[in-house]
Amino acid sequence: MRNIFNTMIFIVVVQLSLPVLAVVETYQFNSEELRGRYNYLLFELRCPKCQNQNLADSDAPIAADLRAQVYRLLTENKTDAEVKAYLVARYGDFVLYNPPVNKHTAMLWLLPASGLLIGVMIIFMLVRRTGAIDEDAVTLNVSQQQRLTDILTEQEPPN
Amino acid sequence: MARLRLFIPLFIFSLLAALLYSGLDGDPTELPTALIGKPVPPFELLALHDGRRLTEQDLVGEVALLNVWATWCISCRAEHPTFMNIARDIPIYGLNYKDDSAKAKQWLRNLGDPYRLTIVDAKGSLGLDLGVYGAPETYVIDRRGIIRHKRVGVVDERIWVQEILPIVTKLRAEG
Repeated sequence: MRNIFNTMIFIVVVQLSLPVLAVVETYQFNSEELRGRYNYLLFELRCPKCQNQNLADSDAPIAADLRAQVYRLLTENKTDAEVKAYLVARYGDFVLYNPPVNKHTAMLWLLPASGLLIGVMIIFMLVRRTGAIDEDAVTLNVSQQQRLTDILTEQEPPN
Repeated sequence: MARLRLFIPLFIFSLLAALLYSGLDGDPTELPTALIGKPVPPFELLALHDGRRLTEQDLVGEVALLNVWATWCISCRAEHPTFMNIARDIPIYGLNYKDDSAKAKQWLRNLGDPYRLTIVDAKGSLGLDLGVYGAPETYVIDRRGIIRHKRVGVVDERIWVQEILPIVTKLRAEG
Protein backbone atom coordinates (compact mmCIF):
# COMPACT_ATOMS: atom_id res chain seq x y z
CA MET A 1 0.00 0.00 0.00
CA ARG A 2 2.75 2.38 0.97
CA ASN A 3 4.61 1.45 -2.21
CA ILE A 4 1.65 2.29 -4.40
CA PHE A 5 1.30 5.61 -2.63
CA ASN A 6 4.98 6.42 -3.18
CA THR A 7 4.72 5.50 -6.85
CA MET A 8 1.76 7.79 -7.26
CA ILE A 9 3.61 10.68 -5.67
CA PHE A 10 6.58 9.96 -7.94
CA ILE A 11 4.37 10.08 -11.05
CA VAL A 12 2.77 13.35 -9.98
CA VAL A 13 6.15 14.96 -9.30
CA VAL A 14 7.50 13.83 -12.70
CA GLN A 15 4.42 15.25 -14.44
CA LEU A 16 4.88 18.56 -12.68
CA SER A 17 8.54 18.82 -13.63
CA LEU A 18 8.04 18.20 -17.38
CA PRO A 19 7.71 21.91 -18.27
CA VAL A 20 11.01 22.50 -16.47
CA LEU A 21 12.71 19.86 -18.61
CA ALA A 22 11.68 21.74 -21.77
CA VAL A 23 14.35 24.40 -21.28
CA VAL A 24 17.79 22.86 -21.23
CA GLU A 25 20.26 25.69 -20.91
CA THR A 26 21.15 27.05 -17.52
CA TYR A 27 22.44 30.57 -17.04
CA GLN A 28 24.25 32.11 -14.12
CA PHE A 29 22.74 35.29 -12.73
CA ASN A 30 24.37 37.79 -10.42
CA SER A 31 21.14 38.46 -8.59
CA GLU A 32 17.75 36.94 -7.96
CA GLU A 33 16.23 40.12 -9.39
CA LEU A 34 17.97 39.52 -12.74
CA ARG A 35 16.86 35.90 -12.78
CA GLY A 36 13.31 37.03 -12.10
CA ARG A 37 13.43 39.48 -15.01
CA TYR A 38 14.88 36.79 -17.28
CA ASN A 39 12.08 34.39 -16.40
CA TYR A 40 9.48 37.14 -16.80
CA LEU A 41 10.77 38.06 -20.28
CA LEU A 42 10.86 34.43 -21.38
CA PHE A 43 7.26 34.14 -20.28
CA GLU A 44 6.17 37.33 -22.06
CA LEU A 45 8.00 36.74 -25.35
CA ARG A 46 6.60 34.46 -27.99
CA CYS A 47 8.65 31.98 -30.00
CA PRO A 48 8.55 32.97 -33.70
CA LYS A 49 8.72 29.33 -34.78
CA CYS A 50 6.40 27.52 -32.37
CA GLN A 51 3.76 30.15 -32.38
CA ASN A 52 1.70 28.98 -29.47
CA GLN A 53 4.59 28.75 -27.07
CA ASN A 54 6.56 31.37 -25.25
CA LEU A 55 10.35 31.39 -25.23
CA ALA A 56 10.44 29.50 -21.95
CA ASP A 57 8.37 26.60 -23.29
CA SER A 58 9.71 26.24 -26.80
CA ASP A 59 12.61 23.96 -27.62
CA ALA A 60 12.92 25.19 -31.21
CA PRO A 61 16.54 26.16 -32.01
CA ILE A 62 15.50 29.76 -32.64
CA ALA A 63 13.96 29.93 -29.16
CA ALA A 64 17.27 28.78 -27.65
CA ASP A 65 19.07 31.50 -29.64
CA LEU A 66 16.62 34.11 -28.45
CA ARG A 67 16.94 32.96 -24.84
CA ALA A 68 20.70 33.35 -25.15
CA GLN A 69 20.17 36.81 -26.63
CA VAL A 70 17.80 37.84 -23.83
CA TYR A 71 20.36 36.62 -21.30
CA ARG A 72 23.16 38.55 -23.04
CA LEU A 73 21.13 41.76 -23.20
CA LEU A 74 20.17 41.47 -19.52
CA THR A 75 23.77 40.99 -18.47
CA GLU A 76 24.57 44.13 -20.49
CA ASN A 77 22.23 46.00 -18.13
CA LYS A 78 19.48 46.52 -20.67
CA THR A 79 16.02 47.25 -19.31
CA ASP A 80 13.04 44.95 -19.97
CA ALA A 81 11.66 47.51 -22.42
CA GLU A 82 14.98 47.61 -24.31
CA VAL A 83 15.08 43.82 -24.58
CA LYS A 84 11.54 43.78 -25.93
CA ALA A 85 12.31 46.60 -28.36
CA TYR A 86 15.37 44.68 -29.59
CA LEU A 87 13.26 41.65 -30.46
CA VAL A 88 10.37 43.67 -31.88
CA ALA A 89 12.82 45.42 -34.24
CA ARG A 90 13.72 41.99 -35.66
CA TYR A 91 10.57 39.91 -35.36
CA GLY A 92 7.82 42.52 -35.14
CA ASP A 93 5.05 42.93 -32.58
CA PHE A 94 4.36 39.25 -33.09
CA VAL A 95 6.95 38.28 -30.46
CA LEU A 96 5.03 40.10 -27.74
CA TYR A 97 2.23 38.20 -26.06
CA ASN A 98 0.91 41.59 -25.03
CA PRO A 99 1.22 43.65 -28.22
CA PRO A 100 0.70 47.43 -28.31
CA VAL A 101 -2.46 48.83 -29.89
CA ASN A 102 -1.71 49.95 -33.45
CA LYS A 103 -3.34 49.54 -36.83
CA HIS A 104 -2.19 45.94 -37.21
CA THR A 105 -3.38 44.84 -33.79
CA ALA A 106 -6.50 47.05 -33.60
CA MET A 107 -8.76 44.15 -34.61
CA LEU A 108 -7.21 41.92 -31.96
CA TRP A 109 -7.87 44.46 -29.25
CA LEU A 110 -11.21 45.83 -30.41
CA LEU A 111 -12.99 42.64 -31.45
CA PRO A 112 -13.61 41.20 -27.94
CA ALA A 113 -14.73 44.58 -26.59
CA SER A 114 -17.09 45.22 -29.51
CA GLY A 115 -18.40 41.65 -29.23
CA LEU A 116 -19.24 42.29 -25.59
CA LEU A 117 -20.87 45.60 -26.47
CA ILE A 118 -23.03 44.03 -29.19
CA GLY A 119 -24.01 41.21 -26.81
CA VAL A 120 -25.05 43.66 -24.12
CA MET A 121 -27.07 45.63 -26.69
CA ILE A 122 -28.88 42.49 -27.88
CA ILE A 123 -29.71 41.44 -24.31
CA PHE A 124 -30.90 44.96 -23.54
CA MET A 125 -33.19 44.96 -26.58
CA LEU A 126 -34.57 41.51 -25.76
CA VAL A 127 -35.27 42.45 -22.16
CA ARG A 128 -37.01 45.63 -23.22
CA ARG A 129 -39.19 43.78 -25.70
CA THR A 130 -40.20 41.16 -23.09
CA GLY A 131 -40.99 43.98 -20.66
CA ALA A 132 -43.31 45.54 -23.23
CA ILE A 133 -45.19 42.27 -23.71
CA ASP A 134 -45.61 41.91 -19.93
CA GLU A 135 -47.30 45.26 -19.58
CA ASP A 136 -49.64 45.15 -22.55
CA ALA A 137 -50.68 41.60 -23.24
CA VAL A 138 -50.70 39.73 -19.97
CA THR A 139 -53.46 41.66 -18.28
CA LEU A 140 -56.57 39.46 -18.35
CA ASN A 141 -60.10 40.70 -18.28
CA VAL A 142 -62.57 39.32 -15.76
CA SER A 143 -63.92 36.43 -17.84
CA GLN A 144 -60.39 35.36 -18.88
CA GLN A 145 -59.31 35.43 -15.23
CA GLN A 146 -62.30 33.30 -14.31
CA ARG A 147 -61.49 30.78 -17.01
CA LEU A 148 -57.88 30.58 -15.91
CA THR A 149 -58.95 29.84 -12.34
CA ASP A 150 -61.33 27.15 -13.58
CA ILE A 151 -58.59 25.47 -15.56
CA LEU A 152 -56.11 25.65 -12.71
CA THR A 153 -58.53 24.27 -10.12
CA GLU A 154 -60.03 21.64 -12.40
CA GLN A 155 -59.57 18.18 -10.98
CA GLU A 156 -58.13 15.46 -13.12
CA PRO A 157 -60.88 12.93 -13.67
CA PRO A 158 -59.98 9.66 -11.92
CA ASN A 159 -58.98 6.87 -14.26
CA MET B 1 -40.01 45.51 -43.24
CA ALA B 2 -40.42 43.15 -40.30
CA ARG B 3 -39.85 40.26 -42.68
CA LEU B 4 -36.53 41.75 -43.73
CA ARG B 5 -35.41 41.66 -40.12
CA LEU B 6 -35.68 37.88 -40.27
CA PHE B 7 -32.67 37.97 -42.55
CA ILE B 8 -30.41 39.66 -40.01
CA PRO B 9 -29.03 36.35 -38.63
CA LEU B 10 -28.37 35.16 -42.19
CA PHE B 11 -26.59 38.43 -42.91
CA ILE B 12 -24.42 38.10 -39.80
CA PHE B 13 -23.69 34.49 -40.65
CA SER B 14 -22.60 35.41 -44.20
CA LEU B 15 -20.34 38.14 -42.86
CA LEU B 16 -18.74 35.78 -40.38
CA ALA B 17 -18.41 33.03 -43.00
CA ALA B 18 -16.70 35.45 -45.38
CA LEU B 19 -14.31 36.57 -42.64
CA LEU B 20 -13.43 33.02 -41.63
CA TYR B 21 -13.11 31.90 -45.26
CA SER B 22 -10.64 34.66 -45.99
CA GLY B 23 -8.69 33.46 -42.95
CA LEU B 24 -8.20 30.07 -44.60
CA ASP B 25 -6.06 31.60 -47.35
CA GLY B 26 -3.29 32.99 -45.18
CA ASP B 27 -0.36 30.95 -43.96
CA PRO B 28 -0.43 31.26 -40.17
CA THR B 29 3.28 30.48 -39.91
CA GLU B 30 4.11 33.54 -41.99
CA LEU B 31 5.09 36.49 -39.85
CA PRO B 32 4.91 40.10 -40.88
CA THR B 33 8.49 41.20 -41.25
CA ALA B 34 9.78 44.07 -39.22
CA LEU B 35 12.62 44.76 -41.66
CA ILE B 36 10.74 45.57 -44.87
CA GLY B 37 11.92 48.99 -46.03
CA LYS B 38 14.98 48.87 -43.81
CA PRO B 39 18.58 48.28 -44.91
CA VAL B 40 20.28 44.92 -44.49
CA PRO B 41 21.61 45.05 -40.91
CA PRO B 42 25.32 45.83 -40.61
CA PHE B 43 27.50 42.74 -40.31
CA GLU B 44 31.07 41.61 -40.62
CA LEU B 45 31.33 37.94 -41.55
CA LEU B 46 33.57 35.74 -43.64
CA ALA B 47 32.97 34.46 -47.16
CA LEU B 48 32.59 30.70 -47.43
CA HIS B 49 34.96 30.17 -50.34
CA ASP B 50 37.88 32.58 -49.96
CA GLY B 51 37.46 33.54 -46.31
CA ARG B 52 37.53 37.26 -47.04
CA ARG B 53 35.69 39.69 -44.82
CA LEU B 54 32.22 40.64 -46.03
CA THR B 55 29.97 43.48 -44.91
CA GLU B 56 26.50 44.70 -45.84
CA GLN B 57 28.23 46.93 -48.46
CA ASP B 58 29.00 43.79 -50.51
CA LEU B 59 25.27 43.32 -51.12
CA VAL B 60 24.69 46.83 -52.47
CA GLY B 61 24.57 47.75 -56.17
CA GLU B 62 22.04 45.50 -57.85
CA VAL B 63 18.56 44.20 -57.19
CA ALA B 64 19.39 40.83 -55.66
CA LEU B 65 18.15 37.93 -53.57
CA LEU B 66 19.53 36.95 -50.20
CA ASN B 67 18.83 33.30 -49.51
CA VAL B 68 19.18 31.87 -46.00
CA TRP B 69 20.12 28.21 -46.20
CA ALA B 70 21.87 25.38 -44.40
CA THR B 71 22.82 21.78 -45.10
CA TRP B 72 20.63 20.60 -42.19
CA CYS B 73 17.62 22.23 -43.83
CA ILE B 74 15.75 19.71 -45.97
CA SER B 75 13.54 22.31 -47.65
CA CYS B 76 16.72 24.11 -48.76
CA ARG B 77 17.60 21.06 -50.85
CA ALA B 78 14.13 21.22 -52.36
CA GLU B 79 14.47 24.85 -53.43
CA HIS B 80 18.10 24.57 -54.56
CA PRO B 81 17.30 23.64 -58.21
CA THR B 82 15.12 26.76 -58.50
CA PHE B 83 18.04 28.95 -57.52
CA MET B 84 20.30 27.12 -59.97
CA ASN B 85 17.77 28.02 -62.68
CA ILE B 86 17.28 31.66 -61.78
CA ALA B 87 20.93 32.42 -60.95
CA ARG B 88 21.50 33.77 -64.46
CA ASP B 89 18.54 36.16 -64.11
CA ILE B 90 19.44 37.74 -60.79
CA PRO B 91 22.41 37.86 -58.40
CA ILE B 92 21.79 35.59 -55.42
CA TYR B 93 23.68 35.95 -52.17
CA GLY B 94 23.72 32.95 -49.88
CA LEU B 95 23.65 33.18 -46.11
CA ASN B 96 24.90 29.88 -44.76
CA TYR B 97 23.00 29.89 -41.49
CA LYS B 98 24.25 28.04 -38.38
CA ASP B 99 26.00 25.44 -40.47
CA ASP B 100 29.26 23.58 -40.79
CA SER B 101 31.41 25.24 -43.47
CA ALA B 102 32.97 21.98 -44.69
CA LYS B 103 29.52 20.46 -45.18
CA ALA B 104 28.32 23.63 -46.89
CA LYS B 105 31.22 23.55 -49.38
CA GLN B 106 30.56 19.87 -50.06
CA TRP B 107 26.87 20.63 -50.68
CA LEU B 108 27.71 23.37 -53.19
CA ARG B 109 30.21 21.09 -54.95
CA ASN B 110 27.65 18.31 -55.26
CA LEU B 111 24.55 20.30 -56.15
CA GLY B 112 26.05 23.34 -57.85
CA ASP B 113 26.63 26.86 -56.56
CA PRO B 114 24.00 29.44 -57.52
CA TYR B 115 25.42 32.08 -55.16
CA ARG B 116 27.51 35.06 -56.15
CA LEU B 117 28.75 35.19 -52.57
CA THR B 118 28.15 32.92 -49.62
CA ILE B 119 28.26 34.51 -46.19
CA VAL B 120 29.17 32.25 -43.28
CA ASP B 121 26.90 32.93 -40.32
CA ALA B 122 27.92 30.03 -38.11
CA LYS B 123 26.51 31.53 -34.91
CA GLY B 124 23.37 32.91 -36.53
CA SER B 125 24.10 36.50 -35.53
CA LEU B 126 23.14 38.04 -38.88
CA GLY B 127 20.21 35.64 -38.98
CA LEU B 128 19.05 37.04 -35.65
CA ASP B 129 19.40 40.63 -36.87
CA LEU B 130 17.41 39.74 -39.99
CA GLY B 131 14.65 38.15 -37.92
CA VAL B 132 15.25 34.72 -39.44
CA TYR B 133 13.22 32.08 -37.61
CA GLY B 134 13.89 29.07 -39.78
CA ALA B 135 15.59 28.28 -43.05
CA PRO B 136 14.89 28.67 -45.88
CA GLU B 137 14.08 32.34 -46.09
CA THR B 138 14.62 34.57 -49.09
CA TYR B 139 14.88 38.37 -49.12
CA VAL B 140 14.63 40.72 -52.08
CA ILE B 141 17.14 43.56 -51.75
CA ASP B 142 17.09 46.68 -53.90
CA ARG B 143 20.07 48.52 -55.39
CA ARG B 144 20.67 50.53 -52.24
CA GLY B 145 20.68 47.45 -50.04
CA ILE B 146 17.17 47.98 -48.65
CA ILE B 147 15.11 44.86 -47.89
CA ARG B 148 11.93 45.07 -49.95
CA HIS B 149 10.36 41.64 -49.61
CA LYS B 150 10.70 38.47 -47.57
CA ARG B 151 9.64 34.97 -48.45
CA VAL B 152 9.61 32.39 -45.67
CA GLY B 153 9.79 28.82 -46.92
CA VAL B 154 10.69 27.14 -50.18
CA VAL B 155 10.99 29.24 -53.32
CA ASP B 156 9.80 27.15 -56.25
CA GLU B 157 9.29 28.04 -59.91
CA ARG B 158 5.73 29.24 -59.25
CA ILE B 159 6.68 31.51 -56.34
CA TRP B 160 9.59 32.91 -58.33
CA VAL B 161 7.43 33.73 -61.34
CA GLN B 162 4.28 34.86 -59.53
CA GLU B 163 5.56 36.46 -56.37
CA ILE B 164 9.22 37.43 -56.53
CA LEU B 165 9.91 38.23 -60.18
CA PRO B 166 7.21 40.96 -60.38
CA ILE B 167 8.78 42.67 -57.35
CA VAL B 168 12.26 42.37 -58.89
CA THR B 169 11.03 43.81 -62.19
CA LYS B 170 9.39 46.72 -60.40
CA LEU B 171 12.52 47.45 -58.37
CA ARG B 172 14.68 47.35 -61.49
CA ALA B 173 12.34 49.81 -63.18
CA GLU B 174 12.61 52.18 -60.20
CA GLY B 175 16.18 52.82 -61.25
